[in-house]
Order: sequence, then C-alpha cells, then structure tokens
Amino acid sequence: MNLAAHAPILAVAVPLLGAFALPLWAKLRPSLRDLWLVLVAGATAALTVLVAVQVYTVGIQVYTLGGAWPLDTLAPGGFPIRIVLAVDALSAFMGLITALVAVVGFAYAWRYLVEDEGKTLALTLGTLLWAGMLGMAFTGDLFNLFVFFEVTSIAACGLVGYRTWASRGPEAAFKTMVMYTVGGLFVLLAIALLYGEYGALNLAYLARQITGSVVDRIALALLLGGLLMKAGAVPLHMWAPDAYGEAPAQAVILLVANTQISLYALFRVLFTLYGGVADPAIGWLVVALGTLTLLVAALMAVVQMDLGRLVAFGAVSQIGYMLLGVGVGLTAIAARPAYGLVAIQGGIFHMLNDAVAIGLLFLAVGAVEKAAGNRNLANLGGLGHDLTWTTGFFLLGSLALAGIPPLNGFASKLMIYQSSFLLSPILSALAILASILLLAVFVKAFQGAFLGPKLSQPKPVPVPMLVAMGVLALGVLALGLFPELVVRHLVAPAADALWTGRDLYLRAVLGR
Amino acid sequence: MIGNTPFVVCMVLVLLGLWALLFRRNLIKVVIGIKIVENGVNLYLVATGYVRGGIVPIYTYAPPDAAMVLPTPQALTLTSIVIGLATTALMLAFVVVIHRHKKTLDGRKVTELSG
Repeated sequence: MNLAAHAPILAVAVPLLGAFALPLWAKLRPSLRDLWLVLVAGATAALTVLVAVQVYTVGIQVYTLGGAWPLDTLAPGGFPIRIVLAVDALSAFMGLITALVAVVGFAYAWRYLVEDEGKTLALTLGTLLWAGMLGMAFTGDLFNLFVFFEVTSIAACGLVGYRTWASRGPEAAFKTMVMYTVGGLFVLLAIALLYGEYGALNLAYLARQITGSVVDRIALALLLGGLLMKAGAVPLHMWAPDAYGEAPAQAVILLVANTQISLYALFRVLFTLYGGVADPAIGWLVVALGTLTLLVAALMAVVQMDLGRLVAFGAVSQIGYMLLGVGVGLTAIAARPAYGLVAIQGGIFHMLNDAVAIGLLFLAVGAVEKAAGNRNLANLGGLGHDLTWTTGFFLLGSLALAGIPPLNGFASKLMIYQSSFLLSPILSALAILASILLLAVFVKAFQGAFLGPKLSQPKPVPVPMLVAMGVLALGVLALGLFPELVVRHLVAPAADALWTGRDLYLRAVLGR
Repeated sequence: MIGNTPFVVCMVLVLLGLWALLFRRNLIKVVIGIKIVENGVNLYLVATGYVRGGIVPIYTYAPPDAAMVLPTPQALTLTSIVIGLATTALMLAFVVVIHRHKKTLDGRKVTELSG
C-alpha cells in the first residue's frame, strides 16, 4: 500500500474509528484508553503532516473513494460522481492547525479532566470533533462538507454539554446546537438548490459550471449564513461566548479551531466555488460583517466579569479580523492583486496566530479555574504570587491577542491593517480601535485575577497542563519573531491556493 | 408553473419551521420547528430528483428503456434523515437535562447565560 497516496482518507478515518474505540478501551482500563489515544492522536497528526508535506512539495493531493485508483476522479463519460477528497495548500494548512490544537489539547486534558467526571466522553468527543474538522478541510464535494459539518456540530455540542450535573453546560449546548443545526440546514438547502440546477455535488465541477444566476445567488446567501452561524460572526455569535464559557478548556480550543474550519469552508465557497463569478459586493459584505464582529465583540468583552466569557468575546472578535482580511482580499484582488494577496495572507496567517494565542489564553483560564476554584473576577485576585507560570502564559497570550509587537498577533494584524487601509482608512482605524479595546480588557482581567494581595491559597497547576501551555507560548514567541519564514513557506502557498491556485484545483480534480 | 409547486411547498415548510424557531418559547417546540425546516429541505431534495413517469432506480429491475428517478438525491436525503435523527436526539436530551434542573421549558425562564 502506498501510504502517501492514501494519507488524506486515512487522516480522516483513523480518528473517526479511533474515537469510537476509545470507550471500549476505557471499559477495560483507563490506562489502555490513554495509550490508545496517544496512538490514534500520534498517527493522525503524523498523517496530517504527511499530507501537508506532500501538498507543499508535490502539489494538490486528490483521493477518490470507490474508484479503482485514487486519482480516478471521473466516471466513464467524464462526469465526477464519486466522493472526492481534494487537499490543496489551504486545506493542508487548516489540517496542521487542527493537529496542533488537538495534540496540545489532549496533552492538557490528561491531568485537567477528572476521571469520574466524564473524562472518557470528553476524549471521545474531542477525537470525533478532530475527525470532523479534518473531513471538512479535506473534502472535495459539497455534500460531504455538510456531513462533516454535522459531525463537528454533534461532537462540539456534546463537548459543551456533557457535564449534565451542572445546569449551565446543557443550556449553552442547547443554544449552540440550535444555531449549528439551523446553519447546517441552510447549507443543505443551498446544496439542494445547486444540485437541482447543475445536477452535481463535486465542488470543482460545480465551480466550472456556475453561472451566477439568481438561484446561485440564493444558494450563496444560504451558504454564507449557515457557515457564518457556525463561525460565530456577529450578529450570529450568541452561542459562542456561552459555549466557550461552559465547555472544559481543552474542548474550547477545539471549538475555536472548529470556527476557523467553518471560515475555511466559507473561503472555499467564496473563492473556489464562486470565484468565477466573483462580485465585489460580496467582498464588501464580508468586510462589513468582519468589522462589525471585531468591534461588537471587543465592546462586549469590556463589560464581562467572568474570566471565561471575557476571553470568549476576545475569541469572537478575532473571527472578525480573519473575515476582514479575507473580505478585503476578495474586494481588492481583481483590481489590485498584490494588495489583495497581502490581505488574504493576513487573514489566513491570523487563523494560525489566533489558534495559538487564544488557545493559550483559554488553557490559562482553565488552569485558573482548576487552581482557584472559580473564574469570577470579583472573587479572584493575587494569583500571580503562586501560579507564576500560568500568570506569564496569560500575560503572553493576552498581549499577543491585543497585537503588541513582537508577538504573533501583531505580525498578522499589521498585514490586515495595511491592506484594509487601502480599501478605506476607516476600516483599519476601527480594527486598531478594537485591538486597543482588547488590550484594555485584558489589562483589566490580568490586574483583577493575577495582581494585588493574595486572597487564598490556590492549588498547584499540574505539570502536563503547564507543558501544553508552554508549547503554545513558544508558538506565540516563534510566530511573532519569525513571521517572514512562516508567511513565505506556509501562509503564502495557502493564500495562493484561493485565488491564483483556483485553476490548478479545478484541473487537479477534473483532469482538464 | 404548476411543476414548481412542490418546491414552493417545501419553501413554505422551511419558513414555517423558521417562524416556530424564532417565536416559540417552549424548547420542545423550538426542536419541532427545526424538524419542520429539516423536513422541508429533505422534501426539496427528493423533489429535485423526480422524473415524470420515472420508476424506482434499481438497474436490474428496470425495463430496458424505462426512465428512472435520480438516485443521488434519495441517497442524500437518507443521509440527511439519519443526521437529523442524531441532532434531534441530542437536542431533546439537552432539553430533558434542562428541564431536570429548572423544572420549566420556557426559553425565557431557563436562561442563566446572557450578555
């Protein structure tokens, strides 16, 4: 068996099957379950990296299910009826983000989760969510996008609400589930409209056929609505702070990666599917939603007294920066390719930076909750005396998120500021304003929770949790100190895949 | 025009479901609203595959020159129904847990999380 050729499907299948085997191992013995999780997570991460290396060095990887040969995308007659996985640089980039987040999250969960409080459930659902995210990133046809969308929805809501002995978790999970399900149904309706018009589900085939008719526009509006619901963009963000606030910390960073995967699906739809009939008005719509998101979420963060919800609104506002960057790119790229490309690179680079920085913050909040027993800023204080490392990690993450040089948030936000300035100076002024607001919010949170006199003796934070946070903290520093390297080798190919790489993508799947 | 009636009916179902979702406060009714939207979408999918006078798409049973309805939308609908079952079960499970904690199903009264 040629491992490299089969790696895309194995990267989805291994965590999917591995997740369902986890509870069986746990029945025998928890240590067997942990061993199995290490094997599954290691294999999945290795396969994702293998796919990414193949994509970055060789080119787009295509895998056909049910064909005689992985590259047999077309049935006799030149019509793509089989299920196709198509991995280009952007998909591989998203795959790498999920792998990083999942591995760090599982390392953190080892000592963060308590054995008789549903640890097996949380690990199983986390692995399942990872499988769904990889499926969404790698799939090459619309219907499987919907199926994996729902896989991630169910796993994510399970993670938010599995702690049924408390009342807040299930409530947040129900809200989230309603939003995700309606979003999923919008996506399904759009798929039905496109299928009714063109009789195909393959993304590349549809991209060739699409004409921009009224039905196509309705389908685009539905896809936009459905995917933005899942990405948590204002005004569809109501679920996000609840879910981020109530889920356990290692699940929250998976949920953040999940919102980014929905954004990836949105960009795939906007650029690859509708790239041939691109309309600057859609770009402006995305820009407007992005600006609204980053501003409203930053303002909402100011009034929060719960540390988890405060960071959650910070996470929502970061989604706005990604939308702003890519929206500016969509608006400007036809007229000024160089600027548009920088904007898209900024948006995509910010995904990685956000996953690392906000992940670090959420893990630090989880550590605070475990050590001090609550997260309310009114009751916290003086944790910096005992939790030295956690304090440092929280400070590093919040400065990175507020865009302070030389940390990683600054590197990508600068690209977004620069390129949105060209479109309209007001946009970059608003984006900078939101960053300043976030800085104020995090200063307040840091001062309230970590500085001041010692209020009580917190429990020590277990070492595996510190190691997991340390990995992300190293990422914050490395991405901030060497952004050029990352942009040139990882982000630029991913951004190219959206615009100039569109024809390559279509040709890789359709063969012509 | 008359040929579009099934699609129009499906859209009416979808809108009815969304109306229930937005304006009903009982959590069970919210779930029912989602189910109505879902059924509208599923019916729409099946309707796209309809061929006038077509027969069941089983290749070995069909007479040589018969027109068959499209099998793909039916396969999609089956998948979607299964997914719908999972989401509905999960949502209803959350409703049961919420009711156990709060002793009410009124969407306005159960809310602890806001702002």
